[in-house]
Amino acid sequence: MANFNLNINGKVHQVDVDPDTPMLWVLREHANLVGTKYGCGIAQCGACTIHVNGTATRSCSLPVSSVGDKEITTIEGLSENGDHPLQKAWIKHDVPQCGYCQAGQIMNAASLLQNNPNPSDSDIDGAMNGNICRCGTYLRIKAAIKTAASEM
Amino acid sequence: MTLIKTKYNRRSFLQASTAAGGGMVLGFSWLASCQPSAEQVKAMPKEWFDINAFLKIGDNGIVTIMSPNPEIGQNVKTAMPMIVAEELDVNWKDVIVEQAGLDTKGFTRQLAGGSQSIRQGWEGLRMAGATARHMLVQAASEQLGVPASELTTESGVIKHEGSGETLGYGEVANAAGGLEVPEEVMLKDPKDFKIIGSSQMNVDGEKIATGQPLFGLDTTRDGMLIAMIEHPPAFGMKLKSIDDSAAKALPGIRDVFTINTQPEGIELQWSDNNVFPELVVVVGETTWQTMKAKKALKVEWEADGSLESTDDHEARLASLLSEPADEAARKDGDPDAAFANAAQIVEKTYSAPFLAHNTMEPMNFFADVSGDKAELIGPIQTPEFLQKTVAALLDIPLDNVSIMMTRMGGGFGRRLYGHFGSEAALISKQVQAPVKLVYTREDDMTQGTYRPAYRVTYRAALDADNNLIGFHVRGAGTHGSPVFANRFPAGAVDNYLAENHTKDSKISTGAWRAPRSNFIAGAEQAFLDEVAEAAGKDPIEFRLELFDRAIANPVGENNDYEAERYAGVLRLVKEKCNWGQDTPGVYRGVSAYFCHNSYVAQVVDVVMEDDRPKVKKVWCAVDCGIVINPGSARNQVEGGIVDGIGHAMYSSMTFKDGQPEKANFDKYRLIRHSEAPEEIETFFVDNGIDPTGLGEPSLPPIVAALSNALSQATGERLYHQPFVQEEALLG
Ligand code: FES
Ligand code: FES
Repeated sequence: MANFNLNINGKVHQVDVDPDTPMLWVLREHANLVGTKYGCGIAQCGACTIHVNGTATRSCSLPVSSVGDKEITTIEGLSENGDHPLQKAWIKHDVPQCGYCQAGQIMNAASLLQNNPNPSDSDIDGAMNGNICRCGTYLRIKAAIKTAASEM
Repeated sequence: MTLIKTKYNRRSFLQASTAAGGGMVLGFSWLASCQPSAEQVKAMPKEWFDINAFLKIGDNGIVTIMSPNPEIGQNVKTAMPMIVAEELDVNWKDVIVEQAGLDTKGFTRQLAGGSQSIRQGWEGLRMAGATARHMLVQAASEQLGVPASELTTESGVIKHEGSGETLGYGEVANAAGGLEVPEEVMLKDPKDFKIIGSSQMNVDGEKIATGQPLFGLDTTRDGMLIAMIEHPPAFGMKLKSIDDSAAKALPGIRDVFTINTQPEGIELQWSDNNVFPELVVVVGETTWQTMKAKKALKVEWEADGSLESTDDHEARLASLLSEPADEAARKDGDPDAAFANAAQIVEKTYSAPFLAHNTMEPMNFFADVSGDKAELIGPIQTPEFLQKTVAALLDIPLDNVSIMMTRMGGGFGRRLYGHFGSEAALISKQVQAPVKLVYTREDDMTQGTYRPAYRVTYRAALDADNNLIGFHVRGAGTHGSPVFANRFPAGAVDNYLAENHTKDSKISTGAWRAPRSNFIAGAEQAFLDEVAEAAGKDPIEFRLELFDRAIANPVGENNDYEAERYAGVLRLVKEKCNWGQDTPGVYRGVSAYFCHNSYVAQVVDVVMEDDRPKVKKVWCAVDCGIVINPGSARNQVEGGIVDGIGHAMYSSMTFKDGQPEKANFDKYRLIRHSEAPEEIETFFVDNGIDPTGLGEPSLPPIVAALSNALSQATGERLYHQPFVQEEALLG
């Protein structure tokens, strides 16, 4: 076990965990932020996507010891009042079915829009292909990303 | 408007009382029927009179439905308040749904499977809403001293036109709760619906988009420990010995032990069908520590019978199909003679592999067992059965087991089988602490309960004029045949034979979104396409001819579909997609199917991009009766289509010596963003018929619409799923 001072959603969290603990479990069990989801644990599904210094990262495969003082953003910290253009677009398009994958989808989409404010359909496919939605909400996700892009 | 009875033979569907904190409570039956058929009136199923749901109108005017129905992404949590609000005349936003825990005295049907949630609740909810409105108006009439007939209601306010006086529902709710339940009430005419049929957002949409805790896996409790299990690596294996010394020595690990969820003498439920009852359990303080300890376990397993491989399954199903069944599942006319006299016979065989459910949220459950009480929380579709099993396993009274249902990260049938809840309870009992059992993705994917592997052979006999004179289907499946003997084209062909074969297996199987239909629709509708081609007929016209026959002069008596509605969706999709107007480079396939009481017809447009097929557009016509929430209904239809395309194209579970060959999404292919159709357009038939299933029916037919389009695009028919084999994918 070791102590880590983590910068999560603009606040410092001190946690005492094994250094190889993935950020996914640090967030869920030590920082009480359960919006980030476990889907596969091997960087294949995207359910655990967070931002590390603004870049989408699979938290299931990111040991806490490698984070240092980098800025971590989770779905809970994506916007102050839940009003990021993507979050609004998600609600407007009524995207979720079961909803389990959606935090990861939104976090990945947010990083896409940061790098490419006006993505084409194939840009979206390319960037989002790592995020599985078992319920098949892909069409609405794409529509919501486009709506958010047009409003940013 | 329809007048309905709330009482039969002095038994009432409803029970009114004043609420503890003020207001009225109306208990009602989730299963009641407002307009029972003559036979139903005679039989009057007992469940109709079980009060199993509650409608509460608080003295603040807020309406609460205490709902017995689990939420698995079919948006019933949004649809139910819409139904109540419609009949009650309130703003649907003022209706709150409380997911009721398992109340042992109350809720009977808590099963979300078979697309039945709305179908079952529809009439009970309407009756409750209309009755509550009636009683509120009655109470207002007494308070204002005017006849009830002079009062109108809107948005939760009762108004007397003459005097202009108004009363909020909350102001009379207390008094209304003390009134007699009326024997008859008026339901609205569907034409006058204002809320039903309007698109409303998912009530949990905002919580989902902001990452609020909603799911079973998000459950936490002070002092809670984490448990993980290790099940045999192969079907047909059982535990031999454990060396837990390394695991136990790791930090944070509390205990390692074994449990058995099916000990001798315990009464099991149908939902307890898992084949790995004896498990090794690791309990630790955190998930990561427990995961690491699980990896450090040294467990020896031994064979307990044969270890099956995919090749064995395929060979066994194929050999079954080479033999007639002992007895026909259905026989009309003289099929042998029809085939003997045929001018042309078409014969094709189709197959599909085992599939895992792969809900995005892996299996998990929270349990806190202390003394003779057990508290369980988690994602489950069958809490009433889990409750019985847990009570039996812990040897405590049924009423001492409480089960709270959480939102589910996907169901698809998987959470009908609640072994994980029983496991959590036994683990909590052993460690004497609250415990959350967490399956890793690998545990989840290799546990079984799969969609069974299926194989079916179809034969069609055409006469010299290309009329379909004989039809023969012989199906075989693991733990049951996929054939529905009384579905189309039964009833539309004079000489018809259906046969079933089934094969046991060590691999456990279970219901998977649209059971059996998920395979048989794709096979049947692809076959009919080939028969139409052999007959030189347009595939839609060919099907419509058969429906015309089934409408005008049906063969046999037990045809469990309505040919008019079937033909109706086919005609609708034909018109919407401009069938027959060919666009160069766009290849089309059509398919239609009936299941879960709903009718769906689809046309798929495929184009070739860099030699790879791409689904451009899906046109989908649906007849599921009244659509309560069209926006979310579309979402479900789209989901079923993407799901169906994905599994037909890419997914399979295979075995080697009993061992699942795929354990996570690196090997098990699921459809991804770029593989989804570019566009899906859904059309609902507007016919005012009571609502039927919607969560499942769009999936089965899409498999054939897709394969029929692909065969147009590539010139090759597809018979075996998944259509994209791994080698080609990787190469
Ligand atoms: S849980 Fe991290 S990618 Fe699946
Ligand atoms: S909404 Fe269920 S997995 Fe995406």
